[in-house]
Amino acid sequence: MARALVNVPKTAKRGEVIAIKTLISHVMETGFRPSATGVPIPRDIINQLVCSYNGTEIFRAELHPAIAANPFISFYTVATESGTLTFAWTDDGGETQVQSASITVE
Amino acid sequence: MTANSMRGTRRGFLVGATRLLGGLGVAALLPRPEARATPAAMQAAIKQIVGEASLRRGRIKLDVPPLVENGNAVPLEVSVESPMTEADHVKAIHVFNEKNPQPHVIGVRLGPRAGRASVATRIRLADTQKLVAVAEMSDGTFWTDDVEVVVTLAACLEDPV
Repeated sequence: MARALVNVPKTAKRGEVIAIKTLISHVMETGFRPSATGVPIPRDIINQLVCSYNGTEIFRAELHPAIAANPFISFYTVATESGTLTFAWTDDGGETQVQSASITVE
Repeated sequence: MTANSMRGTRRGFLVGATRLLGGLGVAALLPRPEARATPAAMQAAIKQIVGEASLRRGRIKLDVPPLVENGNAVPLEVSVESPMTEADHVKAIHVFNEKNPQPHVIGVRLGPRAGRASVATRIRLADTQKLVAVAEMSDGTFWTDDVEVVVTLAACLEDPV
């Protein structure tokens, strides 16, 4: 779908609260802008971001057209164990893009 | 006629012409009908989330710059005071607006594993308006905060592509 960037600390102490930053390139077309012919450009946005930590869902965001183009979302989680964080963005067409990052917890 | 007065006249003409064109541009933009959410639509959207429960002030903080130059990407951060334990945590955070085409901005589901109930993103603002954040706690209470934001260049009004 698009280029996605995820920022997760490579290592963390057990129980530490870590910041996670995500960015994906997407036009986030609102569906309210008129095209050159006056007809509104159809809506095309990423409407959902789900983050899972070793398979368990820890964060879910529902996005609306009011989110700026190239949606940036940052949040926090507790580093519980070493493993993988998986990020899944879903757009209006039902297409999902998945990006993962690994973390080592000491 | 001296060189000075020449320049003065030319400048006067240019300033006048620019103002005239600028005025026309603004006039051309204004009558465009826009789908708009209203404060009532926002209240209805909030009601859908909150239901019959009462909204209380405090615990939640909505952080947005009070003056925004470009409404196409406005940094926004919502943080809620909460121990984020299994017994007492933030279940969800919602953000609403008054004057974008739709009242919803973002809805986030959290759990005790979040550690800190804080979310940041970048949003679009179509006009100078009030933003409202609502936090839903695990004990069923709702907390709210609102911010008035002044927007100089609105999103959603750019020229057709």
